[in-house]
Amino acid sequence: MNRSRETLHMARRRVASGGVVAVVVAVAWLASVPVAAQAQGLEVEPAAPAETWTTQYTPDGQPDLQGFWTNTTYTPLQRPDDVTKAFYTPEEVLENAQRRAAVESAQTEPGTIADVHYDFTQFGLDRSQGPMGFNLRTSLIVDPPDGRIPPMTAEGQRRAAERAEARKQRGAPTDAVQNQSPRARCIIMDRAGPPMMGNLYNNNYQIVQAPGYVMILIEMIHDVRMIPLDGRPHPPQNVRQWMGSSRGRWEGETLVIETANFNGKSPFRGSSENMRLTERFTRVDEDTMLYEFTVDDPATWSAPWSAEVPWEKTVGPLFEHACHEGNRGMYNMLAGARAEEKRAAEAAEQQLLN
Amino acid sequence: MAAVLWLAVTVAAGQTPAYRAPRSADGTPDLNGIWQALNEANWNIEGHSAAPGPVMELGAAAAVAPGLGVVDGGPIPYRPAAASQRQENAENQLTLDPEIKCYLPGVPRATYMPYPFQIIQTQQYIMMVHTYAGAVRTIYMDDHVEAPADSWMGWSNGRWDGETLVVDTTGFFHSDALHVVERYTATGPDHLLYEATIEDPNTFTRPWKMSMPLYRRVEANAEIMEFRCVEFVEELMYGHLRKEVDQ
Repeated sequence: MNRSRETLHMARRRVASGGVVAVVVAVAWLASVPVAAQAQGLEVEPAAPAETWTTQYTPDGQPDLQGFWTNTTYTPLQRPDDVTKAFYTPEEVLENAQRRAAVESAQTEPGTIADVHYDFTQFGLDRSQGPMGFNLRTSLIVDPPDGRIPPMTAEGQRRAAERAEARKQRGAPTDAVQNQSPRARCIIMDRAGPPMMGNLYNNNYQIVQAPGYVMILIEMIHDVRMIPLDGRPHPPQNVRQWMGSSRGRWEGETLVIETANFNGKSPFRGSSENMRLTERFTRVDEDTMLYEFTVDDPATWSAPWSAEVPWEKTVGPLFEHACHEGNRGMYNMLAGARAEEKRAAEAAEQQLLN
Repeated sequence: MAAVLWLAVTVAAGQTPAYRAPRSADGTPDLNGIWQALNEANWNIEGHSAAPGPVMELGAAAAVAPGLGVVDGGPIPYRPAAASQRQENAENQLTLDPEIKCYLPGVPRATYMPYPFQIIQTQQYIMMVHTYAGAVRTIYMDDHVEAPADSWMGWSNGRWDGETLVVDTTGFFHSDALHVVERYTATGPDHLLYEATIEDPNTFTRPWKMSMPLYRRVEANAEIMEFRCVEFVEELMYGHLRKEVDQ
């Protein structure tokens, strides 16, 4: 817990009516620091220190992680090239947030960026509209200390090259449905992981706990992670799944989930199917949870690496995300490509006749 | 023998349960567990004879297994137009059955597909997590609201009626008048009686009911596994749109 409280630098952001964005810095060690920055459109309030949080328990004695959560964040996975420090100041966080919010809200004006012809706010693509986890860190990666993914091993590089070559051999994404990404095919979203990483929109989760289980409902594609807590082993090596096989246990107030048996068809940042993942969920206070993960895949990276993602309470319910059932886009992409080929062929034929 | 079995099922469905389930922390019957229907309803919920399957090449492996049905009290009271639609659907299963395309199955179909589902029960939410297509239902035990929009699995409000979990579901794509009321009652440590009353005046002349036992998957290692069937149906759905390669 101490490590969590010292390293989790949360700030909380709310979008008030009229477009005023309030960022609540809830960093325990910053609570005494006068956070006076009143950036334009951003309002900063010190929040109660995390130490006041007393763990709540479910009726069967599990620390209570239940509720609706989001892992939306502006913090990049890897530290940007031009940043040399591990932490921003709260003022810099606000500045960054304001800049990002301005960029995203500019996209809400149809015609301001190429190919955008609808109002992004209608689709929730402007992240500043919803709750968000804030973090003083300059990268989600906390280990190695440079905030960057460790160098890829020779085997990892070879695999990446082979995968790129295989993609090339298969042809263009519009040549066949199987050439499209699992995400576009509504099979699985990258962010569902595990590890679970936010993206542009719908980064919402519901945790429900019953005796012996933690269930995490992922909004995207109504994916469910059902985590047994009874210490059962992983399935045999030949039984593999897109999201792997997850087994959980409580270490004090922290839920620890170990995942193995990935099928390698949606590799996390080039990982092998033998990647082992350890996730740790720790409730920090009523509205915040620390999500830590460690990726261990010696076939891909020279060292294990770890990241911390702030999770923030949000509001439910999660509505049914029937992705495949409504995937008109897939049909249209493929049918559109075939129609264009036909038109090009007809034009070429016409040219010959002329 | 068949008649005896039919009678036994009917009697069981109509009985008032004497069994008192173990209690969850809030004092309600504890329905947590992994459950599965064991019957032939997935081929046809009405009584039916054995028949060939829709794909000749699959022979007996995909043939229709005979069943006595799970509908209480006679044939489903279809309106004439609905009966014709049902006939058309049955004759064109390969193109009209949503299961062929790995679409969400709706309710009550999700319950009697031949795969396990898990109940995660709390005072506020009861989750039903299905193997097939990763279908999931949230049963709202507090804060009952009307379905905010139509969906495949519907919008479910739940309440306890003594020993029975009653789930009221509306907001389906299938028909805007479809209203399903399900009752889940433990009849023993490893059995639930499942009853579903279907009401849809657009489709049926009167409400009707199906019932069947659900069985606990008692294996120590039982778990809901990934049955992400989308990739298995893509060639069927989009294969005709594949780019033609010059020979």
